[in-house]
Amino acid sequence: MTLIATIVPLQATVFGLVALGAAAVVLTRDPLRQIVVSGLYGLILVATFVVLQAPDVALSMLVVSTVAYPLVVLAAIARVRGGKSEQHEPEPDREEAGSP
Amino acid sequence: MTRRTRIVIFAAAGLGLGALLGWSLAGIPHFGDYRGPYGYILNRIVVPERHTTNVVGATVFDVRGFDTMGEEFILFAAVMGVVLLLRGTSPRSEADEAVEWVGSDALRVVATLTVGAAVLVGLWLVAFGYVTPGGGFQGGVAVASGAALLYFAFTMRSFRPFADEQLMDPLEATGAGAFVVVGLAALVSGMHFLHNLFGPGTTGTLRSGGSIALVNWAVGLEVAAALLTLYSLFLREYVVPLARSRT
Repeated sequence: MTLIATIVPLQATVFGLVALGAAAVVLTRDPLRQIVVSGLYGLILVATFVVLQAPDVALSMLVVSTVAYPLVVLAAIARVRGGKSEQHEPEPDREEAGSP
Repeated sequence: MTRRTRIVIFAAAGLGLGALLGWSLAGIPHFGDYRGPYGYILNRIVVPERHTTNVVGATVFDVRGFDTMGEEFILFAAVMGVVLLLRGTSPRSEADEAVEWVGSDALRVVATLTVGAAVLVGLWLVAFGYVTPGGGFQGGVAVASGAALLYFAFTMRSFRPFADEQLMDPLEATGAGAFVVVGLAALVSGMHFLHNLFGPGTTGTLRSGGSIALVNWAVGLEVAAALLTLYSLFLREYVVPLARSRT
């Protein structure tokens, strides 16, 4: 009773958007902007689950990826930066590159 | 470790990972090829046996209700851990909590309307969780997040009454406990733990699914209270004190 579906154009479109969105999240370097981009990526995934006819999963994805997760990350970033300006600090990993 | 050594190690590890990934990708089932029997079985038995039109809801709250109870207590324990770590570590400051971050009246009007709508949508998602897509978890998060908008558009002082710990702690415990009570009630009646106690009701209405409605509301209550507690703690400990450093 297996049923092998073929990918219809709408599904191909959302899969393409998922690939683009995931790349966009990774390529965004500033964590604050990354929250917004990852929220948009979450919305793309919501659309994907709707297209794949999984509305319950879409709802879970919606509340977690666009509401709950950004809020907690935002709070964490606010705490880490401690109200300082939004300048990037040099990554500590770079310093040990030359040591044996 | 020098840069060269690192690159050599990465190249070896990357090749190994790539080979394994390629091997596993070559063997994955085709798109849409579902092999497990459970999905088909559930689709066939849930509506005739439970009269709930949302098969996912009935699966989560009845067929595998015991797993859902475990998941509920994972959230309960996680929030309890956060509460133990964060609650009461910094003194409350009325001045900080009254700081208004948003100066736009238009944004406040939109937020005021959205708070009500979001909470209502959340309650609807919980209530109809086993009839249409939704359920206690999704609805609970929506309710809590709707209330959290009060902080973002107004002040911590506006949000605080909706996340009051005197109210949220008992509510969260009630939600988590009610799930177990429903399970034990079946045990007392001489059936299996979490056995569906009531008749299946009328298909496609709120009076379908028997115990599913009770368990669903218990989860909704637990999740909403847990997230309100979580939001309140994160905002108070991490975000509100920033008001002091910004002004």
